[in-house]
Order: sequence, then structure tokens, then C-alpha cells
Amino acid sequence: MEPILLSRRGLLVSFALGATFGGRPGMAQTGRSLDANEVDSFLAIGGDGAVTIYTSKVDVGTGVATAICQMAAEELGIPMARFSVVQGDTALTPDHGGTGGSSGVPRGGVHIRQAAATAREALLNMAAERLKRPAAELTLADGRVQPGGITEASLIGGKRLALKIDPKAPLKEPAEYTVVGKPFLRPDVPAKCTGRQTYIQDFSVPGMLHGRVVRPPGLQAKLLSVDESSIRGIPDVRVVRIESFLGVVAKDEWAAIRAARELKAQWSDWRELPGSDGLERFVREGEVGREQTIVNRGDAASALQANGAKQLSATYYWPFQSHASLGPSCAVADVREEGTTTIWTSSQGPHNLRKFLAKMFGIPAEKMRVVFVQGAGSYGRNGNDDAAADALLLSRAVKQPVRVQWMREDEHGWDPKGPAQLLDVKGALDAEGRIAAWQTEMWIPGGPSGAPALVGPEAAGIPQGRGQSAGQMTQNGDPPYRAEHVRVLARTLKDTPLRLSNLRAPGKIGNVFAVESFTDELAAAAGIDALEFRLRGLSDARAIAVLQKAAEMIGWQKRPSPNREKAGTGMWFGRGMAYVHYKQAENHVAIAMEVMVDRANGKIVVRRVTCAHDCGLIVNPDGLRNQVEGNILQTLSRTLHEEVQFDQSRVTSVDWAGYPILRFNEAPAIEVALIDKLELPPLGAGEAASAPVAAALGNAVFDATGVRLRKVPFTREHVLAEV
Amino acid sequence: MPQYKFRVNGREVSVDSWDAEQPLLYVLRNGLGLHGAKFGCGLGQCGACTVLLDGKVTRSCMTPVRTVAGRAVTTIEGLGTPEKPDAVAAAFIQEQAAQCGYCTSGMIVAAKALLTGTPHPTREQAKESLDGNLCRCGTYTRILNAVMRAAKA
Ligand code: FES
Ligand code: FES
Repeated sequence: MEPILLSRRGLLVSFALGATFGGRPGMAQTGRSLDANEVDSFLAIGGDGAVTIYTSKVDVGTGVATAICQMAAEELGIPMARFSVVQGDTALTPDHGGTGGSSGVPRGGVHIRQAAATAREALLNMAAERLKRPAAELTLADGRVQPGGITEASLIGGKRLALKIDPKAPLKEPAEYTVVGKPFLRPDVPAKCTGRQTYIQDFSVPGMLHGRVVRPPGLQAKLLSVDESSIRGIPDVRVVRIESFLGVVAKDEWAAIRAARELKAQWSDWRELPGSDGLERFVREGEVGREQTIVNRGDAASALQANGAKQLSATYYWPFQSHASLGPSCAVADVREEGTTTIWTSSQGPHNLRKFLAKMFGIPAEKMRVVFVQGAGSYGRNGNDDAAADALLLSRAVKQPVRVQWMREDEHGWDPKGPAQLLDVKGALDAEGRIAAWQTEMWIPGGPSGAPALVGPEAAGIPQGRGQSAGQMTQNGDPPYRAEHVRVLARTLKDTPLRLSNLRAPGKIGNVFAVESFTDELAAAAGIDALEFRLRGLSDARAIAVLQKAAEMIGWQKRPSPNREKAGTGMWFGRGMAYVHYKQAENHVAIAMEVMVDRANGKIVVRRVTCAHDCGLIVNPDGLRNQVEGNILQTLSRTLHEEVQFDQSRVTSVDWAGYPILRFNEAPAIEVALIDKLELPPLGAGEAASAPVAAALGNAVFDATGVRLRKVPFTREHVLAEV
Repeated sequence: MPQYKFRVNGREVSVDSWDAEQPLLYVLRNGLGLHGAKFGCGLGQCGACTVLLDGKVTRSCMTPVRTVAGRAVTTIEGLGTPEKPDAVAAAFIQEQAAQCGYCTSGMIVAAKALLTGTPHPTREQAKESLDGNLCRCGTYTRILNAVMRAAKA
């Protein structure tokens, strides 16, 4: 299918500049309705026929804004080129949830589609009255009512519909779709490819100063003293000190950077981290805060002991990982004398951020406006919320707008992290080589539930939540294959060495790494081909379809692992696969890959990756493909290279040398097969395809070498030590 | 304040910098309002700040402004507009070779330099030549497709 290019005017993702504002609760300061039950809150048709969509779901480069417009355009019968989106502005957009958990399309998009369907019904009724014809004989297409040709703009343009979203408003029949399912190109891409996109890192307001925060050498070290004379040579710099929060502001950004670097400060000695070496022991032995039985079917404990069954057990480990956004977190804050505050941020949850910050700083929520501005990709809550609080602290102190951009070492060192995971898996095979029993026990660093602490306010001694939240960490700990006796136990620890965050596909990548690696271990123990072993345990046609498709694309040869044939010239050759039914409820994804392993230096070369992906109804196949490819490459990166290193005081892997990620040289060929299900609801795709990647890679390496890697990352040193 | 004169995208410019060591990146972004080159690491490790200096791929985050005097800088803004993109940018758009796009300016500038010197690179040559540019969102395969598309055009 040839991609469809929108006019540049179409679909501009806009953001509003802040001004002083007042307002009453429930209404936007602009007079817009913010009620998430009202159609007008989500869409407005202008007198010129242009449509504006308002949503709290933000597009961090995923293409979700385009997909949401397609869903609305389909129902409204208005061309895509007339759409624009306002996203994540607490003064303008209703709050129908933050961005995360692949919820943009299945919740945000579906919600707005229902608003659009409600509007369509109302428009058809208005037209019926005007044309004196039954509404059932009318349709909307190309911005007009057909037949008759009166424009939708002439019916409602510039006016409010004043309607509640009707959950029963009929949706267009999928068979009649002309917009949903088409590969519309994202309208933000031309600006991004010509250096014209305004990122939060590029955003400025009049009178703005540049701020930098000076972080301590130990995570919770106290500031003892500051020697301001150490930066005397740098022009127009002010030092801001609030308890142990230390920052600088300057007119010139380079001055702020140099001042932050050169400012001499004394900090207390703080060494309370366990260190990342041997962290597995810390995780296994940590005090358990919450123990949950996630799955309990049959009697796994006895079945695992049963006589005659072939038993296996293995331990898997996933390390702490960073969002490692390519552009460090950034925000601009403007705290005015009268208390009104505006924050520009690329936080994935502007509404929640406002709630947090308003409470923390004692600012009434209606006096605070948080506005999303596109930033560097984030994959959950990275450092952006923290940077917003830093900017707010500095702006409040100097009574001028302040922009804070983190430096590289701030981002790697201080962004909240995806947690480590330790998993013990046990399984038993019956005489026919089928899974008879399965048990997964997982240990995950954690903490009290609730709002997380932001680093700036923490140092400034401002009381705030102490919560730790890493997302839904415990899903997909059970095999998706038939097994009579299954038990999954999750132990969330009382503590965590590093702050936690919901990093892309939280928990699922590590859990599926364990479950799908162990599935291969069972298949190998039974002497059965890995695809065959999986298919035997499945009855869901969608599961079977993706596995067969991914296998077919890679040219899967049925045989047990490991591969007995070596590729010669010192290289081992192998292939592996893995499957996930995401959250045991959503997408079906199968991934297969071919690898070569260099026996001399332990280097893993991923040659080809194939993926079959079923997420129900497809809204934009090209946007979807881009997400699937990104999931695959990013998770290869996480599996091959990534582990946050820390000592007793702080994170020590604070740049791209210490925390390497995948590079061009390592990019494999990727083939993606998308399976479209017109009759099913659309699911998100920002995460699911990442879940099987690590296991497929581990399985391929086992096939190649006969060595099972149970610990991520699969660095050369790690591979060499194992083979 | 000391002044530095050089050419940017074909135009003669003169900028003030209180510090001769100030990297070109900040001069472009703050002094000249050219935001295409991005701050990624400031360490020469990621390529987000890539510009051409006398036609050669250069990390502007590591290039003191004093060393630029009298020379010619090309930034992404010098390679077309959204309405009239340069051939390389056009290929990136056609391939949708961006997610967040924070790495994209640097990628396109680096690809432009490659294609100027080697108009028909192999895919392996393209990988090799762009290896110093990082993308966190995972758009490498699309970028390679875009570079190969531009090479064919
Ligand atoms: S910002 Fe210059 S190489 Fe990263
Ligand atoms: S597209 Fe986000 S870093 Fe490359």
C-alpha cells in the first residue's frame, strides 16, 4: 500500500503559549469544556470545516495522534487533511488518562471515536431536519451531508454540540472504512526531517533564563556548603540553594552549564546503595513487602514432585534499565508573583503532573497550567516530571521563567529506572513431553504504593509521596501453553535501590524472557522442535497463526535445539522464537530470529528478525509497523547491552560509553507481518512486540551454541564466560 | 564581547561569545535560533548535534566556536524546508524514518555527507558511516531504507 501524504497544514500538532489566566473549576481557563463525558471537550468543528481534536493522550513519536484522528475522521466523514490535534494541555484538553500501557488507541482513540460517532448522529439529525428527509437516508462524506451536499460546517461550524458522549451511538461498519486501516503518513515527520519541529528542548518564552541543577555525588547526600566564588568568572549567574537542592540560572545557556560544572560544593558522604554487582542476591534476600499469588491452577507444588515426571528448574535475571532518552529531560516553568504557574513539559501525563506539583507546592490546581510540548522519545515516565519540578523550583526562586535541561549524566544517573527482576522457574514434563506443571516465583524491587518522589523537591525538603510505581510488573509470568498445574507467585520488595518507573512493557519483557526461555528448555529436554512444542500446547487460532507466520517468514526448519551444524569459520548459527499473548489478554505476537555467535569473541550477530503481530483492528498500518520495529530494535538493545551500574553512592553508567545501546552496525533485517482483524477492537502496539524479543534471542543463541543465557545483558564477556 | 564570523547555510554571520570555548551547538541554537542540531550528550557520543563544517561531519557539541571562525557550517536547516525538503530529507519522510525524531537531524546531516562523497553506498557502507549516530526509538532499519532510497533517487 502506498503511504498517503497529508498536506503540511493538516494535523498540525499544536501547543498553546501560556498567558496569565483565571478560571473556575471544571471549565478550562479558556471556557472550553473539560468534562470527559462531553463531545465538545474532545472535538470542535470550525466554521471553515477544520476539526480540532483535544486529548490528554500525548504523541511521543508513536504516531498515536494520527491514529486518533483517523478514527475520528472515519466517523465524521471529514478528510484527514482538515484535522489538527491539541494534546496534553490541562487548560484545553479533557483528562481521559495519561499516556502509557499502550492505551492511546484502545482507550483514548476509542473514546474519541465514540465522541465522533455521537457527533455524527447529531449532525445527521440536524441535516434530516433541514432537508426534510429521514436521517437514515443520509451519510457524511468529504465534510458534507450526502445526498444534498450541505457542509457539516454549515450545520455546526464554530458552535457547540452540547451533548454527552453516547456509548450507544452507532459506529461506522468496518467494511465501509476508508480512512481507518490506511497508512497515513504522520504530519510531524516533515518538520522533524528538516529541523523545524519545536521540541521542549527548543521551546522558549520571553524573559526566560537557563537553569541547571547540581546533583550530589551520593543519591541522598546533604549539601553542606557552597563556594560561590568558584564561578566568579562566569557572567550573569545566580546560585539557587533550597536545603540540599542546588541549582544555577543564567541568561546564557553555556554560562549555566559551565557554572553548574564548576560550582564548588561540599556534600555529606552517602553510601547506602547495595551496588549493582551481585544485585541478584539483594533482590532475592530483600524484605518482601507484598506477596501475591497471580495464578493458581491445579496443584503445581505436588505435580512438580510427582514421580516419573521429568523436572527442570532455572533462574533468570533482568537488570535495572534506563529510559536513556536520546534528548535529556527538559521543562520550562513560569511561576508568577500572583501564584499562577505554567509549565511546559513533554511529560507523558500532564494532568497527573499538575495534580502532583499543585499538591506538592501548595498551588491551587486551577492556577496551574501544564502544557505538553513534544520532546525526545520517552518510554514511560522518564526524567521529564523531575525536570518540570526542577524548573518550577528555580522559577519560583528567581521569579522569572526558567528552562531546565538535564545534562547527559543527569538523565542516565537520575531518571527513574525499570526495575530488576529475578525469576525462579520450575517445570515438569509428562511422558509424552507435554508441560505437566509449571511454577514461576518472581522477586521485584518495590516500595509503598502511591505518588513517586521527584528528585528536586526531595532535595529541597518539600514533603511529597514516597511511592514506587513500575507499572504492571507481574503479568505474563505464566506460560500461554496448556498446563494443568500452574502457579505464579510475585514478591514485591519493600525497598528498591533506585527510583522506579514504568519502562516500556513493564515486567513483561523480563517475565516473557523467563517463561519463553524456559519453554525452550522444556522443549529441548523433551527433544522436540521449539515450534512444534508450542503449537501442541495451543488451541487459540490467533496464537497459532502468529507463530506459524513468524516461523514461515524466517524459514523455520523443524528440528530439536541445539543446532548440530556449525556455520564454519568460527561462527555458530542458530534460530529461535518466542510468543506472547500480551498481558494474557491483548495482542498476539510471535518473533523469530536468526543469529550467528562468534566463538572467538562471544559477539552475537542478529541477522534477521521476523514478527507476526495481531492487535485486532489496525488503524494505521505504517504507524503500527514503525512501533513494532521500534519495539524489536529497542528490546534487542536492552537484551544485548543494557544494565544500569551503580556503586554504594550513585549510578555510575552515566553516558553512552557506560550504558551502551544498539548501534547501526547491529541493526538486523526486520520483516513484520500485520494481521488485521476488522471485526475486533483495536489494541495498542507501543509495547507488545517488545515482550518476546529477549527470549527469542536467548533461544536462538542456545540453538547456535547449546548454551543457555539466563541473565541479561548478553554482552560479549557474558557470552564468552558461558560458552 | 569577542565576535566570531563564519558562514551558516550559505549566509555570513557574526556572533558574540563571552567564552571562546563555547561549543558551536549553543551558538547555533541560542545565538542564531537554529534548533535543528540537538543536545544529546555533549560528549561526542550520540550524533544528535551533527553539522557539516566545511562539508565534513562534525559534532557541534565538541567544537569550540573559536575554531569555526572563517569556516562554513551547514545545519539541517540548510537542507530544505518541510515544504521543499532536500532529497535526503524527502527520502526520510517517504520512509517515515522517525519516531520522536530527536536523532533525525543528525542522521540526515550525516547521511547527506555520506551520499555527497559516495552517491551509491551499499547498505553495509551506510551502516558503517552512520554508526556514530544513535537512535533510542529504534528507527535504524527505516533510516537505512531512507538512505538507500535517497541513493537511488
Ligand atoms: S550531543 Fe554531540 S555527540 Fe551527542
Ligand atoms: S527517533 Fe527517537 S531517538 Fe531516533
